[in-house]
Amino acid sequence: MSEPEIKAAVFKILRKIAPEADFDQIRPEENLREALDIDSFDFLNFMIALHEELAVEIPEADYRKLSTLRELTRYLSDRLK
Amino acid sequence: MPSLGADMEEGTLIEWSVKPGDRVKRGDIVGVVRTEKADIEVEVYRDGVVEQLLAKAGDTLPVGAVLAVIREEGEAAAPAHEEIPPAPATVAPTPSVARVRASPLARRVAQELGVDLSGVQGTGPHGELTEIDVQRAAAALKKAPTEKPVVPEPRAGIRRAIAAAMARSNREIPHYYLETKIDLQRALKFLEAENQKRSVKDRLLSVVLLIKAVARTLHDVPELNAYWIDDQLQPKEAVHIGFAISLRQGGLVVPAIMDADRKNLDELMQALRDLITRARAGRLRSSEITDGTVTITNLGDLGVETVHGVIYPPQVALIGFGRVIESPWAENGMLGIRPVVSATLAGDHRATDGHRGAQFLTALNQHLQEPEKL
Repeated sequence: MSEPEIKAAVFKILRKIAPEADFDQIRPEENLREALDIDSFDFLNFMIALHEELAVEIPEADYRKLSTLRELTRYLSDRLK
Repeated sequence: MPSLGADMEEGTLIEWSVKPGDRVKRGDIVGVVRTEKADIEVEVYRDGVVEQLLAKAGDTLPVGAVLAVIREEGEAAAPAHEEIPPAPATVAPTPSVARVRASPLARRVAQELGVDLSGVQGTGPHGELTEIDVQRAAAALKKAPTEKPVVPEPRAGIRRAIAAAMARSNREIPHYYLETKIDLQRALKFLEAENQKRSVKDRLLSVVLLIKAVARTLHDVPELNAYWIDDQLQPKEAVHIGFAISLRQGGLVVPAIMDADRKNLDELMQALRDLITRARAGRLRSSEITDGTVTITNLGDLGVETVHGVIYPPQVALIGFGRVIESPWAENGMLGIRPVVSATLAGDHRATDGHRGAQFLTALNQHLQEPEKL
């Protein structure tokens, strides 16, 4: 799965969680939780949806590596190789 | 029309989910009411048969107005109602009761204000009428609507509803505030180990530990799990923890996790997930709005370090949690770095004093140091 495909899949999930957000405005280095006003419950739902959509189960210990869009797409890209 | 908030004055019936002749039992959803804050599923509180639906979808009615008549088993059929009575002070979605339970103060105020107690829904213990119920019914009498063709959007009034409730709280409740820092190292290590055993969809959030610890601590200091009504502290046996949930559209609702003290961590997580999902979809139940006995607000996700909350009347306490911060922590002569959370108690000084509040925070800390027992 390419990084643009991963980004599209990520945005598809996040649009359900934060439907009012303008995803065109999100910069790759921006903190996703802050940019989208995502709380811990939303974030857990995001992780569950990633598991269901991409078959990737992300350990809780790795959550801190997934702050930005860039970190997230790279992490998923590595895991999906 | 049930009262679904401290300062709710009216609501709009969105839909019925029952029809005349339907048999209903306690806890069944009979319809949906739109308040200024949200759409709420209205439950019945007794078993019976729906005899008449007096309100129709789109009707906006004051708190206390009759929405329907539900006949209990063995009860004689009521005389037919032609239309919704203009006076709103009549009983709600719950069936009518032969004997009115009311405090002496409520009876006196009702007499002074000319309110018929048989038509007012009680919010006190076992449905007992309180002075506040009577005052609310009296206020509603003055504001009976005449025509309501349009169903208002709940979000439009959410800020106004919060403003009214919080203004009343600050006006009536003499708050005191206490704060303590709690080392969460043991609790978070326990949680990490638990979550490692689980698939992602079964993982627990750290707030679940905090909720359970608060529920346990309320057994140690039961005066904080109580209502203040008619100048009296009325301890509540059940621990229904109101949990402040922010809405993406702005504002917040505080539905209750029922019997939080009796739920294990998995059950609490499931209840929290269900509650947040339904709160954000606008599908809360009336009892979840009205029956909270204490409130937790957790603003840690937003980076806030310390929360000084405003108590939701008639409750007498609110517990706030801030962000978990890695902080220097001295213990047994050693300095280390620990994940630390600020826990605050906002207490009603009419109900308890700072000494008892301090005992609550101390006990809360102790429970969080033994997470395996939660």
